[in-house]
Amino acid sequence: MKPLIQKLTETFSPSGYENAIRAVIRAEIEPLVDELRVDALGNLIARKGTKTAGGKRIMLAAHMDEIGLMATHIDENGFIRFTGIGGIRPTALNGSRVRFVSGVPGVIGTDRITDPTKAPTLEQCFIDVGAASRKDCPVKVGDVCGFERPFLDLKKRLVAKSMDDRIACAVLIETLRQVKQSPHELYFVFTTQEEVGVRGASTSAFGIDPDLGLAVDVTATGDTPRCLKMEVALGKGPAVKVKDAGMLADPRVVAWMIRSAEKAGIPCQREVLEGGTTDARAIQLTRSGVPVGCLSIPCRYVHTPSEMVDHDDVLNAVKLLKALLSKAVTL
Amino acid sequence: MPLIGNAQLKLLERLSNASAVSGDEGEVRQIVLEAVRPLCDTVKVDALGNVLAVRQAATRRPGGKAPLKVMLTAHMDEIGFMLVAEDGEGLYRFETVGGIDLRQLVGKSVLVGREHKPGVIGARPIHLTSPEDRRRTIALDTLRIDLGTGGKAAPGERAVFATRYQRSGDLLFCKAIDDRIGVATLIELLKAPPAQIDLLVAFTVQEENGLRGAKVAAHALDPDVGIAVDSTPALDLPAWDGEENVAYNVHLGQGPAIYIADGSTLCDPRLVRFFHATAEAEKIPCQFRQPGGGGTDAGAIHKARAGIPSLSISVPHRYGHTAVSLARLDDWKNTLALLHAGLQRLTPAVLAGERR
Repeated sequence: MKPLIQKLTETFSPSGYENAIRAVIRAEIEPLVDELRVDALGNLIARKGTKTAGGKRIMLAAHMDEIGLMATHIDENGFIRFTGIGGIRPTALNGSRVRFVSGVPGVIGTDRITDPTKAPTLEQCFIDVGAASRKDCPVKVGDVCGFERPFLDLKKRLVAKSMDDRIACAVLIETLRQVKQSPHELYFVFTTQEEVGVRGASTSAFGIDPDLGLAVDVTATGDTPRCLKMEVALGKGPAVKVKDAGMLADPRVVAWMIRSAEKAGIPCQREVLEGGTTDARAIQLTRSGVPVGCLSIPCRYVHTPSEMVDHDDVLNAVKLLKALLSKAVTL
Repeated sequence: MPLIGNAQLKLLERLSNASAVSGDEGEVRQIVLEAVRPLCDTVKVDALGNVLAVRQAATRRPGGKAPLKVMLTAHMDEIGFMLVAEDGEGLYRFETVGGIDLRQLVGKSVLVGREHKPGVIGARPIHLTSPEDRRRTIALDTLRIDLGTGGKAAPGERAVFATRYQRSGDLLFCKAIDDRIGVATLIELLKAPPAQIDLLVAFTVQEENGLRGAKVAAHALDPDVGIAVDSTPALDLPAWDGEENVAYNVHLGQGPAIYIADGSTLCDPRLVRFFHATAEAEKIPCQFRQPGGGGTDAGAIHKARAGIPSLSISVPHRYGHTAVSLARLDDWKNTLALLHAGLQRLTPAVLAGERR
C-alpha cells in the first residue's frame, strides 16, 4: 500500500478544493465499483453491491480534504497574509513550506516576534513565494495551499503531511479492492470539508440515507514523551472509537467491531478521544438518526506537516474492515 | 432593472427602525409580508417565522425542463437584548442576543418590547467614578436596562438599540443594516425577477443566534442554488502609522463583497467565479470579502439535504453589531445590480460540472 499512500499524501487538496485528490482517488476506484457520483459539495460517492438478505446499506466515510491556508491579502511587497482552513497549529507554521493548489510553492515567515517563548498568531505570519511586489505575486486572494512535505518511509512507520485523512482513503481503496463477497450495499464515500466541520459527510449521508455508518479517520495517541495520557498507541492495531468530543459511538456498533476483530484475530484497541470529532458525528445526526461507529488509525503529530502512522495498523485496519463488511450484521 | 430611489430608502428606514431581535421578528415580518404579497405566486410563514416568498419563472427552459430554483435569503432578525428579571424600581437585568461587544453597551439608549418603550443602559457620570473604574470593562451582570421608576416590562421581552435611521447624501447611519439592507434588496429583486429562474426568497429568522431559520427554510425550499444576501463589517479605516492595512475584511465604497470563505461556508467556487465574471462584464464595482471568520445563512443552506451549492454576497458597512452602522448608498445599489445581473445570466450550465 505504500506507493498508494505516497500518491495520496503528496496531493494538495485543502477543504473545499478537493478536485485534485478526487481525481486521484477516482482513477484508483473507478474499475472496482458499480456506481460512482459526485454530489453538490464534491463528495466522491462509490457504490459496490446491492442489499441481499440480512444485508444493510452501509456508508463508509474517509475524508479526502486536508488542513491548509487561504490567502487573505497580498501586500505591496508581494507578501501573502492568510487565514487557516481547519485546525492550524501556529507552532508548526514558522519555516514551513507550502504549495498552492495552482502549484506555486512558498515559505512561511513571521513578523518580528518580541517574545520568543510565544508561538506567533496567524496574523503575525505570512507566506513568501519569492515575489517582489503585489503585481509580481502569482497568488490571488482566496487561493489555497497545503503544507509541502514529502512522504517518508521509516519501514515500520510512515510519515507524511495529510495522513489525516489520506491514510483512511488508502484504507478504503484497499478494502474496496479486497472485499469480494458482501451481503451489503456498500457506499465508499470520500468526503469533503471534514476539517472545517464535517460538512461533506452530512450532505452525503443525507443523500445515501444509510442503515449504518462507519467513519475511518486518524486519532491521537498517548505514546510520545510527556504527552496527554491516552490509551491509544502506535502499532497496537486500529482503534475502535467509543467516544470523542462530538460523538458517542453506538455501543452495538462498538461491540460488533471488537467482536469481529477478536474473532478474526486482528489486534485492535479501544479509543476514547477527548477532543475533536469525525465524519461519524455528521452521519449519526442525519435525517432520523443513524447507528454509527468509527475505526481510527492511530497517528502521532496530527495537524502538523509530519503525521506518523504505523504500517501494521494500516494493514490491520483493512483486514478488520474486510471482516466487518463480508458478513451480515445484527446489531 | 431594479433601482433604488426614494421609495426604497423609505422602506429601508422603516425596516431599520423596526425592532426584531432574534426570535421576535414579527415587526419586520409584517413589513415584509405587506411588500411581497402583491409580488409573489406564493407567500408562506413557516413554523419558525421565516417568510418564504416564491416567484416562479416567467419562461420555460428549452425542452420544457423545470427552471433553476434559486434560493435567496436575507435575515430579518437583529442583535439585541432580552430582559431576564426585574430588580425593582424599573431596573432590569438582561442578556445579549447575538454577538455583542459588552464594552460598547454602557450609556446606550434602547427601546424595549413591541411597544418600543424607551430605556437606557445606564452609566455612572464620570465625576462619580474612580480612575480604576474607568479602566475596567463593566461585566454584563452589573449592567441594567433602566426603564425609569414605574417603568414596566416582562422578563423575556426584547430590546434593541434606540438608534433612528439617518441619511446624509450617499451615507446611511442606522442600526440593523445587518441585515435589513439585505431584506430591502430582496424585496426589490422580487419586483424585477429574472424571467428564467424560480426565485425562492426566504426572509429568515434567528440568523444571529446560529443560522437557525435558514436551516429549515433551505430544507423546505430544496433549491438548486443558495445565495445569502447580508452585510459584512468593513475594517477599512486608514492606519495611523502609514502601514498597509492587511486585515480590512472589506472596504466601504468598493461595491458588493463576494465571499470566498468565512467561518461557516467555503463558497462554491463555480458561483464565486460566475458572479465575479458577471461584475466584470457588467462593469459593476465589486470586491472579494477577505476570507476569514464570521458566517451567513449560506452556512446553513449549503449543508441542507444532500448539499446545495451556495454563495454569500454582502453590502459592506462599518461598525457592524454596534448601536450604529455606516453604509454607502452606492454599495447598496451595486449589490442590487450585481445580484440582478447575475441571476439574469444564471443557467444550469454554471453548475453542470463538478464543484471545483
